[in-house]
Formats: sequence, C-alpha cells, structure tokens
Amino acid sequence: MPLIKPSRREVLRAGASGLAIGALGLGLPVGRAFAADITVGFIYVGPRDDYGYNQAHAEGAAAVKLIPGVTVVEEENVAETVDVQQSMESMINLDGASLVFPTSFGYFDPHMLAVAGKYPDTQFRHCGGLWSEGVHPANTGSYFGYIGMGQYLNGIAAGHASRTKKIGFVAAKPIPQVLLNINSFALGARSVDPSITCQVIFTGEWSMAVREAEATNALIDQQADVITCHVDGPKVVVETAAGRNAFICGYHANQSPLAPSLYLTGAEWNWAEVYTGFVTAAMAGEPLPNFVRGGLAEGFVKMSPYGPALSEAARANIDAVKAEILAGGFSVIKGPLNDNKGAPLLAAGTAYVETAIELESMDYLVEGVIGSTA
Amino acid sequence: MADVASPGAAGDLARNGLREVAARLARPAEMVVIPLIAFVAGLVLFGLFIALFGKNPLQLYGLMVQGAVGTWFSIQQSLARAAPLLLAALCVALPARLGLVVIGGEGAIVLGGVAAAALAPLIGGVPGVIGVPLMAVFAMAVGAVWIGSVGALRYYRGVNETIASLLMAYIAIALMNHLVEGPLRDPLSLNKPSTLPLAEALRIGTIPGMSVHWGLVVGILACVISFILIDRTTIGFSAKIAGGNVRAALLQGLPVGRLIVGFTALGGAFAGLAGMIEVAAVHGNANASLAGGYGYTGILIAFLARHNPLAIIPFALILGGIEASNGLIQRRMALPDATVLVLEGLLFIVILVSDTLYGRFRIFDPAYWKGER
Repeated sequence: MPLIKPSRREVLRAGASGLAIGALGLGLPVGRAFAADITVGFIYVGPRDDYGYNQAHAEGAAAVKLIPGVTVVEEENVAETVDVQQSMESMINLDGASLVFPTSFGYFDPHMLAVAGKYPDTQFRHCGGLWSEGVHPANTGSYFGYIGMGQYLNGIAAGHASRTKKIGFVAAKPIPQVLLNINSFALGARSVDPSITCQVIFTGEWSMAVREAEATNALIDQQADVITCHVDGPKVVVETAAGRNAFICGYHANQSPLAPSLYLTGAEWNWAEVYTGFVTAAMAGEPLPNFVRGGLAEGFVKMSPYGPALSEAARANIDAVKAEILAGGFSVIKGPLNDNKGAPLLAAGTAYVETAIELESMDYLVEGVIGSTA
Repeated sequence: MADVASPGAAGDLARNGLREVAARLARPAEMVVIPLIAFVAGLVLFGLFIALFGKNPLQLYGLMVQGAVGTWFSIQQSLARAAPLLLAALCVALPARLGLVVIGGEGAIVLGGVAAAALAPLIGGVPGVIGVPLMAVFAMAVGAVWIGSVGALRYYRGVNETIASLLMAYIAIALMNHLVEGPLRDPLSLNKPSTLPLAEALRIGTIPGMSVHWGLVVGILACVISFILIDRTTIGFSAKIAGGNVRAALLQGLPVGRLIVGFTALGGAFAGLAGMIEVAAVHGNANASLAGGYGYTGILIAFLARHNPLAIIPFALILGGIEASNGLIQRRMALPDATVLVLEGLLFIVILVSDTLYGRFRIFDPAYWKGER
C-alpha cells in the first residue's frame, strides 16, 4: 500500500518547530527576579473580592505591592488539593517566588509541607498557627491573629443595638476558632445586658451561599435583630440581613459598603501589618520568624469604623473595653462560667487571656448561646 | 467523481488503494476533525472575549502553552491534574452508553475517599501490596453502591438519574462532613476535622522519575478497560442497544435492568477509586478538601470525549493542561480565576453544538471515496 512519505523539507520544518518549543521551555527561568528584588506569592482558597477571608488577605497583598522592588503574584480559587501544591511550585519555578503565603487553613498539611520539603531555599508562611518547632521544616512557619476579642467588641455593639434581646450568629463549622468567636460575641452582648441570648446556626460549609441566606433568614424569623457570622465570605449574610432590616456586625473584612446604614462595626483582619513585616525582613536579608501571632494590640486585628446606627453609649462602651484589651491581660472567657446546658466550665477566679492554649481546643458553647456543637 | 485517464494498470491499483484507505479512514477522521474544528472555534470565540477586556489573546494562549506543556515541570503539572479527571469522567461516560446522564460523580469520589480512610486504621499493620488494593476495592464498592443505586432508582422506580445523582452528591458531601467531624475524626485535628492519617505503607507514591502519582496509570488503564468493555464485548454491545432503544432491547430479551445498574455501578466504582487515590496519594487522610470538584470537571470531559473512554484520555490531558496553566494566566495577566471557567464553558457549548455536524460532510462518507456517490 502506498504510504504518504513526508518530504525532507517537512521533516526539517517539524524538527525546527520542536526545537523552537524546546527553546521556549528552556528560556523560562531567564525571567527570574534579581537577588535584590523579591517575588512574593499569595494563594487564596476563594475569590479575592469576597468581602471576607480572602479579601482580607488580598488587601494585605495589596499593601505588599506598594513596597518598591517587590513583585506580587496571586492566585485565587485554588482548591486544597494537589492544585495548591502545583500553584506553589509553579510560582517558585516559573515566577521565581522566594516567599510564598498559602493563606487557607487546609493548605498546611500535607500540601505546604510537601512542597517546602522539595524547595528548601524558598520560605513559606501559612495562615493558621499550626507550625511547631522541630516538627515542621525550618523554611516554613505560621502566623495568625486573635480575632475573638474583635467578636467580643462586636457583641458589645450588638448588646446596645438589640431591641428584641435576641442576636444571631451564622457559623460555618463547630471548630475551636469558630466556637471562640460565637462565645465571645455572646459574652460581649451579655456584658451589656445579661438577658440577651444568641442563637447560632451552623451551615456546615465554609462557603455555601444558599444555606447562609437561609440561616440568616431563619435567625431573623426568630426575632434576632443583630446578625454576625463566621463564614469565608460574609457578603450573603450581610446583604440578606440588611434586606430584612437587621443590624450587622462584620467579620474578616469591612462589609459596611454592603449595608451602610445598618452596619454597626466589625472585626477585621489587618494582614497588611503582618505581610509587610515579613516581606521587609526578607528584603533586608534578615531571618524570617517562624511563628507570629498577635491581636488588637499588635495591629493584627482591627475594628471597622463605627456605623451611623451605633449609639454614643455603645461607642463609649466599646472604646473603654478596647482600651482595656490594648492594655493587656484582658480575658473574655473567665469564671464563673457555665456551658449552655448548665454544666460548669470555669470556676470563679479562672480566666483565660487571648493567648491561652486552653482556648485552642474549645468544644463548648457558653451560657446564653442557643444551639449545639453536634 | 470524474475519472482521470490512467496511464497504466499500476497507477489504477495505487489510486484504488488510496481510495480504499480514505474510505476506511473517513469515519474515524470525522470523529477527530469535527471536535478539533469545534475546539479551534471555541478558542477563537474565547480570544474575542479576552480581547473585549483589552487583553491580548495571543499572550494568553502563549501562556497557556507554556503553563501546560512549556517545560517538563509544566507537563508533569498537567499530567497530575489529569489523573483524577480520567476516573471521574468514566463515571459519566459509562452510564451514558445506556443513555443515562449521571452528573453526581463527586458524591462517589468523596465517599470512596472516606471509605478508604475509614478502612485504613483497621488494616494498619498490613503491608501495602495487600492494604492498598483492599482500600481500593472497598472504595470502589462504596462508589458502586452509591451510583449503582441511582441506576436502580432509574430502572425500578423511574426516578430521573440526573437529578437523583446530583442531589445525592450533596448528601454524600454532608455524610462525609458528618463522618469526618464525628465518628471518624482524628481528635488531634482541631480546626480542620480529618480522619486519622494513613499508615505510611498504605500511601501511594509517585511514578519513578516524575512528580505524578500512580493514579495517572490507574486512570489510563481504567479508560482502556472501559473501552474494551464497551467496544469489544457482547455486554457493551447490549448496553449500546439498550441505550439506543430500550423497547427494542427488552423485546430482544436483553437484561436492561442489570445493564443499567451494572454500568452505573461500574462508573461509581471508578469514581470511588478516584477518591481513594486522592486520599492515599495526595491528602493522607479524608477531610472536606476531598470535594475538590473533580466530579464536575469529569462531566465536561466525558461530553467532550462524546463518552468514548479512549477519547477521555486526550481530553483529560487537555483539560488538565488548561487548568495547570490557569495559575500562570492569573499571575502574569492579572485575569480572574473565572477566565479558565469561561473557556471551559465555551468549549463545552461549541463541542455540544458540533454534534449536529456529524454526517453533514460528504468527505467523511466512505461511499464518497468508493465512488458510489
């Protein structure tokens, strides 16, 4: 059977194009940054403009971009699968990133640890506070903030604003970080008026818009008139609550543009502080700290500007408590304290400051919270 | 066809031979050329879309090639992303032989992963050569029951399989969350509830010389086996008939019910296997990250491949490549993550539309080449 034979010219052409593709590939590392400059990678688990967790980090990255000599590379919506490992490797290999911030909690183990082992010359800092010396590689580290105090101040705002004496919390999952926020919010409100109760609804997912809207509506149907939340993107909760004319306390980022007249205040991350600290240290050639934590006093956490609906009395109350927190030694979780089933948790005289290790394994809801962890 | 005057018998023979070859290649060529044209059309449309936003589509495609196949590193990235997609796509393609549209493979993936992680502590001391297959079989069984029950609901109760499988995926994810946060939770996993970590012996490693895990090989094997089943066995032939016309199949005495349950169960088994591989090769335990959306990308691939298991392989690689280049596009062109989703959606629609082009071009008709028309 006669076969079509490629001519010599065609063979040469094919070979040349192959070589060209190869050269393109080999040429890639040429684009690497110079030693004096630095390329920093940020990876987000959701969209950068979610009015929440990811936006808070992206705002921090935006602050880093302003530092001369820094190139910032960003990726959003990266799943906590092999995808994030590849994003990190791609940033290192193709963009020459020497410092990477994988910002989602689930990126740490096994993903960041696996990549860090392969690239010992690259620095990795993860948001969530999981790093421990001797266990995890030296080129990795953690940073996190104590935002529970912010939810306590939110609670004070809610305590002053609520007329029904019922407030609501839309929560993702019953894990220690979230439970501390719920308890802090409830205790803040009850410091204003001990008759206030806080209903909590868990959606079970970090990001599930439909359920967040349903939960918000359900809370308001049960007479809650101040709503806050701990989900990745509070946008749906804030807009739903505003649509029902309920007051809102924000979380993660500033959501006041979504509900200007009903937004009381909010507990926000201030990652710009953390990221500029890491990046300026890296550019100066200083060793990067492996473990960094802070709260309101350290500037890791801040409160949204007060909204017009917040009364003068509430503002004065929040300012006073905030001053106490900034002075140090303030405790939200302190005895005597019962859980919401009536069982004693803490005896009088016991108090946990925000850095207390006991708070990191919290598995209870305090008295005044209506809801269940299981 | 006008016959050219032939100078001799040898020339005639050669010409006839060529015609023979062309006639034989006409149909397979149609299967390749039409999707290819659709693919290119999709890229052009997407290019226009990108240009509308004031970005250079050529730069974007250049980055895409660079991010997908530009370096050995990029190629490995594309392959690693393709690995779970192969099995996820089979969960759509196999039921499709019977005319069923099953879109809930994600559910079988997460439950397969949870099943593997639940079994792991019970077989902690078993060597890997036995333990890994045990986990695989258990995960496949769970996936088979999950999607097989969608097929059973369809055949015995007349429940729409598309809706049922999709809704069951949400149930599966809720079930996974419950198990991972409750009975199966490792007490040490505080803020990210997970199952106990797998013993080192039960982990699946990487293919030597690559950073891609063995799931890729398993996926390709599964596609080849599925192709043989569909195209080279009487079971596959019966399924095709039942998919074409259920009444005719029933009149012929074909076991339609068993075929429907069997094919959906097999698809579910492959999806369950994908979940087990994710746990054993990537995560090391089961947690909420298992719901990574592979089941949904698998739908896209199965439709692009027109439910042909062999065609799934190249399309999974292409999709893996597109997704691998996603990061580079975001970083270099400051485009949002949704860019690649728009491209995938456009390709999906264009390829579905191209289905109507089959049989419309004479050059793909064998009769044309045999000179019968």
